[in-house]
Amino acid sequence: MSGTGSVCEVRGLDAGYGDFHALFGVDLAVAERELLCLVGANGAGKSTLLRAVAGALRPFAGTIHLDGVDITALPDFERARRGLTLVPEGRKLFPSLTVEENLLVGSGSRRSGPWDLDAVYELLPLVAERRARGSARLSGGEQQAVAIGRALMSNPRVLLLDEVSLGLAPVVVERLYESLPGIRAAGTTVVLVEQDLGRTLDVADRVVCLLEGRVVLTGRPADLSREAITDAYFGHTNPQPSQAGPS
Amino acid sequence: MTLVNAIVQGVLAGGVFAVAAVGLSLLFGVMRVVNLAHGDLMILAGYLAVLTLQLTGLSTWASLLVVVPVMALVGYVVQRVLLERALKLGELAPLLVTFGLSVIIPNVLLELFSRDAQPLPIGSLATEGVGLTDGVSVGVFPVLTLVIAVVVLVGMQLFLGRTRTGRFMRAAADDSATLRLMGVDSRRIYALAAAIAFATLALAGVLYGMRSGGVSPFDGQLLVLFAFETVIIGGLGSLWGTLVGGVVLGVAQAVGGQISPELPLLVGHLVFLAILVVRPNGLLGQRVAL
Repeated sequence: MSGTGSVCEVRGLDAGYGDFHALFGVDLAVAERELLCLVGANGAGKSTLLRAVAGALRPFAGTIHLDGVDITALPDFERARRGLTLVPEGRKLFPSLTVEENLLVGSGSRRSGPWDLDAVYELLPLVAERRARGSARLSGGEQQAVAIGRALMSNPRVLLLDEVSLGLAPVVVERLYESLPGIRAAGTTVVLVEQDLGRTLDVADRVVCLLEGRVVLTGRPADLSREAITDAYFGHTNPQPSQAGPS
Repeated sequence: MTLVNAIVQGVLAGGVFAVAAVGLSLLFGVMRVVNLAHGDLMILAGYLAVLTLQLTGLSTWASLLVVVPVMALVGYVVQRVLLERALKLGELAPLLVTFGLSVIIPNVLLELFSRDAQPLPIGSLATEGVGLTDGVSVGVFPVLTLVIAVVVLVGMQLFLGRTRTGRFMRAAADDSATLRLMGVDSRRIYALAAAIAFATLALAGVLYGMRSGGVSPFDGQLLVLFAFETVIIGGLGSLWGTLVGGVVLGVAQAVGGQISPELPLLVGHLVFLAILVVRPNGLLGQRVAL
């Protein structure tokens, strides 16, 4: 049970692909309405962690709880119906559907809440302009915006955003990040995977750093020095695991 | 005038080919299953109609009200019980499952009904026709099949384009793993697609039986070939392409028949091969998705 007010909790998670072991005993608790940023170098296991939480990947060991309920055995679509929605790496739009049809498919979980077509269009004007266009004919930034809008259509309790800014121009990333306050205002908890440390520290309530499949640092941006994070990020020194060390 | 007549009859024959091809196209488009048992399932539906006639005394047309829903249910179950497991094993496994079905079905029918054709009578409709000009007359039944084909295609287009489940099917054709992340059970969408595919092939099977007066156990082996040729000629994944493909195949066979009674099949195959060489994506096909 989660008596700590965490909406999503991961305990002792071991996961990977086939013989490749990507996560080792990861513990993570996300509080209601929190914006948590997962940082770490390429291959640190950030995407694997999100995929395991969303159910796109079966973990080797460990448990995942949503609102205190063990959902480890539930399939991915059932987790989406309970409010865990992943924006996958690479956006993964449905290329033969229009933008609006992509959004409509996003409401497949049949969850009710503040998000519908109108609300998504208001939050993401970029998407509204392209609503009738085939989603294969969009720029990378437009695709990412549609992917976020599509996930919001599910009215998630926890939104898992994987590599939002990957391969996008800074000005486009800026516009995407401008939608974050609107998403949070709806009461949605957000877990964000981001490569850009500076941006992370600006928006996050809390930062968790992964290194080679293990949590090596966690804390509020205000409590973490830039050095402590970069050290944890690259594994230069050996910071105390799971604790924010005052520097 | 005989050539014009042959072309008109060929166009009308395209209706049954088109209805037969829709289900094949849907199964491949949504879940990449190549259904080698397509023709045998059509004939199975024909035999179900025969059975319905014998047991209830319904007319052949009325038997569709029984056969189509029953075959839709069969499709749902075949997907959930056989193909779903096979799909997890790789691309070859579903092919082997449908190949197995294509061997089992005609042999079971042979055992139960003998090799003799079983009649699917449509009464005077079989011979009724309207003379358009001197030497060209169209049969009422062939015209009906073409109308049915258009209705089926319009219905499919509206279903795939306008309904929630239809959108899920197109999304599943693109990327079923991502569809699941949206809270949609892709296995259920697959099974519904199979149900629709089996319903349309059942309709096509009974129409074929009506046109040729009856069904016999091994008719399916040619029908599956026609269905594949129709899909490829029209363009894989293109709904209206199946009608175009059906018409082209029908005309090719009819014109071939004018030259010599032994030629219809050969000319049909040659036209199919020629289109495969010149336009590998088919006449209306642009992409391999619905």
